[in-house]
Amino acid sequence: MTTQTSPAGIDVHTGTAAPLNQANVDTDQIIPKQFLTAVTRSGYGKHLFHDWRYLDQHEQVLNPEFSLNKPEHQGASILLVRENFGCGSSREHAPWSLDDYGFKVLIATSFADIFYGNCINNQLLPVQLESDQMDQLFALVEQDSTTQITVNLQQQTVTAGDLSFGFDIAEQHKNNLLKGLDAIGQTLELDAQITAFENSRPAWQQA
Amino acid sequence: MATTLYDKIWQDHMIDKNTSSSPSVIDKEGTEGLMYIDRHLIHEVTSPQAFAGLDDKNRKVRCPQRTFATMDHSISTRSLAIDACGPTNQLQLQTLANNCKKHGISLFPVGHQKQGIVHVMGPELGLIQPGMTVVCGDSHTATHGAFGALAFGIGTSQVEHVFASQTLKQSKAKSMLVKVNGALPIGITAKDVILAIIGEIGHAGATGHVIEYSGEAISALSMEERMTVCNMSIEAGAKAGLIAPDQTTFDYLEGREYAPKGDDWNQAVAYWKGLVTDEGAEFDSVIELNAADITPQVTWGTNPGQVIGVNTPVPAVTDFDDPIDQDSAVKALKYMDLTPGQKLSDLAVNNVFIGSCTNGRIEDMRAAAAIAKQGKVADGVTAIVVPGSVAVKKQAEEEQLDQIFVEAGFEWRLPGCSMCLGMNDDILQEGDRCASTSNRNFEGRQGRGARTHLVSPAMAAAAALAGHFADVRDYQ
Repeated sequence: MTTQTSPAGIDVHTGTAAPLNQANVDTDQIIPKQFLTAVTRSGYGKHLFHDWRYLDQHEQVLNPEFSLNKPEHQGASILLVRENFGCGSSREHAPWSLDDYGFKVLIATSFADIFYGNCINNQLLPVQLESDQMDQLFALVEQDSTTQITVNLQQQTVTAGDLSFGFDIAEQHKNNLLKGLDAIGQTLELDAQITAFENSRPAWQQA
Repeated sequence: MATTLYDKIWQDHMIDKNTSSSPSVIDKEGTEGLMYIDRHLIHEVTSPQAFAGLDDKNRKVRCPQRTFATMDHSISTRSLAIDACGPTNQLQLQTLANNCKKHGISLFPVGHQKQGIVHVMGPELGLIQPGMTVVCGDSHTATHGAFGALAFGIGTSQVEHVFASQTLKQSKAKSMLVKVNGALPIGITAKDVILAIIGEIGHAGATGHVIEYSGEAISALSMEERMTVCNMSIEAGAKAGLIAPDQTTFDYLEGREYAPKGDDWNQAVAYWKGLVTDEGAEFDSVIELNAADITPQVTWGTNPGQVIGVNTPVPAVTDFDDPIDQDSAVKALKYMDLTPGQKLSDLAVNNVFIGSCTNGRIEDMRAAAAIAKQGKVADGVTAIVVPGSVAVKKQAEEEQLDQIFVEAGFEWRLPGCSMCLGMNDDILQEGDRCASTSNRNFEGRQGRGARTHLVSPAMAAAAALAGHFADVRDYQ
């Protein structure tokens, strides 16, 4: 697995993929509620996909049937999933757990809106491909789990074996990922404009 | 140009509108920009890391007076003690209290008379008003769209962004109009309406969209009912749901603690009356339903789009055309332990949960009590009623609804999110089957291996009495 980064962001990433061939994977599956009581951002990786990954509640017995537990998918840094990935709650613990587990890139047919934004804010690259392109990627990884997949954010391409696909991403999201920007710091430079806006409103709206 | 309600709220909150010196803030097409946030609601689960981020960079909360906090997700519904659910939950609750004190934010902690589920507390205090932008680190923030406010859930990084700047960078969503024509039949509730809509457009059917709900059936709804509808916009994938403010909205707000008063009230109402979609405004998509076709809804699967009428048999995999839907159906039937063709009235439930930000308001308590007083909770069924806020609990007790519930065999609990997501000790065991008035029937949502069926409060109460799903219209 290699990741070329610009000073603070993500640019080109190459790695193997773990396939999770399922639609509508919700945030309760990604990280169940009993792990949301922590007050920090770190340490969620071991609980990722808890209910599917472990046969017991204490995370002692791995489920050998679950894709991420298979020997051939150890060390995967790219997750392949289907449509509406990350649907459900706004918990940012979902991208925190995926990141902490070791995923750098998620490739799916589609993502839920809040989850997608949370990924961008955590330098986790969400790539959206067409359904038939996903079929081909899944087939390739199923055939050979050592397949190296390269995701080039600058050029907006996914390449693996003979496959090469382009993908769309909003310019502001791309910039944030490439440059690893401090979004808050950037906004705070507009303090004067924010204050002017506040002062322009009628008194009853000025809280 | 004719514009939608969403367009109007969007335009009124773009920062550079009134400042000519900031060309970089908003793009030429007006589809991306910096949005001012009027109201920020917070709770214990999604705020601690945001406060920590502020502290790391030595930043402060820009508008503590626009920010309101409550404790709801991690608290006990049996005890007011902050340590009742163990040391981890206690630390999270204490962290919220410390952070609110440090940053001067109003907090309604456990035991406070204004405490409640964040999406029940906010509206009942008058904190949510038409035309506002409202955010919270919680996907069910969509609830507040019932007031004609643009309300949406955000992640913790965005919570921190709002703390620091009272703004969010936003891209404009697409627009969807959902019209529910005609009058709702007797016995059909707002919950049935929104479940039917999600069943129609699918669990991801409104991804990337802001929905505006309209039509006779929507206009006729009370504010509580409108909140139920907007609450589950996220279960259709939508960023937000909106209902244009009208006299019902103004009547609900007038006199509430944080609503404008005196001349401010008059100015506000004048502004709010303009918050409607213009005739001829275009939406990216339009969905229409006939209210008369809606029956009491019950989810059978593991996402809210997998829903049927109470008298419809459990579907077969072959009932779906799309291979992805077929695959989801295979998994859902297995997890839910259902057989195609099975009747819901043959399906025994051993748990009933009445509450949540979807259905924890006073009208929900009344609807459930009206059924509860017609019988006793069936043998082998555990049924709990969790009011959405202290105010709802007090009102219900004044109306002696608590006595009706207790006499019928329901437990009457303290306010909180409770079994909707089970961050406290209100969790189900493997194999339990629950008729629940909450919003998500995901695998394990209410407990590992537990099976959740989403229904209205009246349907949940009917299932408690019958011991299986029952058509609530037989009880009217």
